[in-house]
Amino acid sequence: MLEEGDVTTVVAPMLDAPLVIGGREFHSRLLVGTGKYATNDDMMRAIQASGAEMVTVAVRRVNLNRSTDESILHHLDPSRYFLLANTAGCYTADDAVRYARLGRAAGFNEWVKLEVIGDPQTLLPDTTGLLDATRTLAAEGFKVLAYTNDDLITALRLEDAGAACVMPLASPIGSGLGLLNPFSIRTIKSRLTVPVIVDAGVGTASDACVTMEQGVDGILMNTALAAATDPVRMAMAMRLAVEAGRLAYLAGRMPRREIAVPSSPTTGMLE
Amino acid sequence: MSAGTVRRSIITPVVNGEPRAIAAGSTVADLLRELQLEARLVVVEHNRTILRDRTTYAAQPLASGDTIEIVHFVGGG
Repeated sequence: MLEEGDVTTVVAPMLDAPLVIGGREFHSRLLVGTGKYATNDDMMRAIQASGAEMVTVAVRRVNLNRSTDESILHHLDPSRYFLLANTAGCYTADDAVRYARLGRAAGFNEWVKLEVIGDPQTLLPDTTGLLDATRTLAAEGFKVLAYTNDDLITALRLEDAGAACVMPLASPIGSGLGLLNPFSIRTIKSRLTVPVIVDAGVGTASDACVTMEQGVDGILMNTALAAATDPVRMAMAMRLAVEAGRLAYLAGRMPRREIAVPSSPTTGMLE
Repeated sequence: MSAGTVRRSIITPVVNGEPRAIAAGSTVADLLRELQLEARLVVVEHNRTILRDRTTYAAQPLASGDTIEIVHFVGGG
């Protein structure tokens, strides 16, 4: 019996290998955030519909003056979803390391989605701070998933610094502008050994599909679902788009040609 | 009871940025109880040291001027 949020088309394991990050296998290549949903119910139904196994969360002070200020763990079952704590909002390596350690102390895992932001207008990463924090945390045994820009050299340095996964942006966080530089993303993917997951900027299903067609290992998104008029429908669309893009990449697209080539026989035409 | 005695029976650690009056001799566990917070849902940092082992909360005494940060997971991307 189908329930709301179930999607029947799942790429069969025989058609694709699992996504492996830091020695752990995931069967969904779509990772989702938990921010900015209108309600917790919308969030949970969208996450379920997305098929995501890994979900990001932020670390913030408990609001001691507001009884309604609830931990997300009241809604999100950590035995069902793999929690990935982020360091969103951190502008220095030291702050990001502190937040990462706080996230680890919650007791679920030693993974972190590492952000060191360099500019409040664009939320683009401070790559120097990002590299410093990656080195520090990797040395402490963290699995670092590093949010970065679409620069190959930084991506290579992050891998050298011990990142378990490099996460270049499609476009700025929350912008929904889609994949601005497919060439850069393809280049990064072709040169790195660790998984490459595109993080940020995907706005709708076609963006997700084109991004996966570049050969990357997965996509992390939040606003595209949370800010959709119907987050559950968009979550289903994204799940299908990620799978479609992945399959298309694995299938190998036809060559591009600048001239037409007929699909029907050119012989046997009537006199 | 003199005013002096009352003052001595209260300490004011800074909890999440705000001075908070609690009974002298309180531990981290006492503070969480007073704030009605479930220990398993929060992480506590005491004077910039993260208390990774929640079983130590009851043995962690607080003092005036101590800095306590209590954090938890919220929605984020």
